[in-house]
Amino acid sequence: MQQAPEVPAGLDAESAEWLHELAATGSRRDAALARLHERLLRIARKETARRAPRLSISGPELDDVAYQAAADALLAITAKVGQFRGDSRFTTWAYKFVIFEVSAKIGRHFWRHPAVPLDAEDWERLPARFGFDPAHQAEWRDLLAALRRAVDTELTPRQREVFVAIVLNDVPLDTLVLSLASSRNAIYKMLFDARRKLRAALAANGYLSDDSSRSS
Amino acid sequence: MNGWPALDRFLGTDARDVGCAEAMQMLHLYAELVASGAFAEQRYPGIAAHLRACGPCGEDFDGLLAAMSDEAQ
Repeated sequence: MQQAPEVPAGLDAESAEWLHELAATGSRRDAALARLHERLLRIARKETARRAPRLSISGPELDDVAYQAAADALLAITAKVGQFRGDSRFTTWAYKFVIFEVSAKIGRHFWRHPAVPLDAEDWERLPARFGFDPAHQAEWRDLLAALRRAVDTELTPRQREVFVAIVLNDVPLDTLVLSLASSRNAIYKMLFDARRKLRAALAANGYLSDDSSRSS
Repeated sequence: MNGWPALDRFLGTDARDVGCAEAMQMLHLYAELVASGAFAEQRYPGIAAHLRACGPCGEDFDGLLAAMSDEAQ
């Protein structure tokens, strides 16, 4: 027999009702799940539409991403509803899952259909990536060479791999997570450390000032 | 001041940055603080620093705020 949920103190009425309905049995629970799925699908569709201008996915493919995200978010929410602490509205907590699922599905799409090989190295893209004006190439040529040297000499092989994929090849971070069987946190940390090392190397050689890293 | 602001911004790191795992765990709470006009950044400077620097988490944060706004309408 399913136990009544522990409703966190001070929870708003709507959130408390969601917890009760999701902990119910039979048709009452089914109705709550259907209602939640409907909301998640609406949010997923709006989110995919919001991101669409920056994606190469559209139409039925994009709608498919929304459907999958809503379905997987519902599974995650029902599995983790016991972890909901009531520190926000229930719907805010729940919507977080569907937003994360949209990100993951889009990352997976790019993994299956990469625009460029993930390990290609197109250094020619770097000037445009950082807004270097081709008309002033004489001014940034040395900087670019120094950056490339630092990438080769200062970074670990894994940091270099992450830097090349994300910065040179414009691979979405969530796609790299799948490609390297890693986590968003681990990839971000690798890139974070790489950025810090590269900045220090360029600052040591006088290309950048040494005041952009916060320490407090 | 550097003559390469985009590169400078990209390579700049903030020691307060909490990383993706903590930011993702707290995102719903942080989003509600922001939406309510509370001092979210002062209360959670490490999350604010992370959301400024991490494209994917920043995108998720924007998405969550949009979802909350949709809910309120």
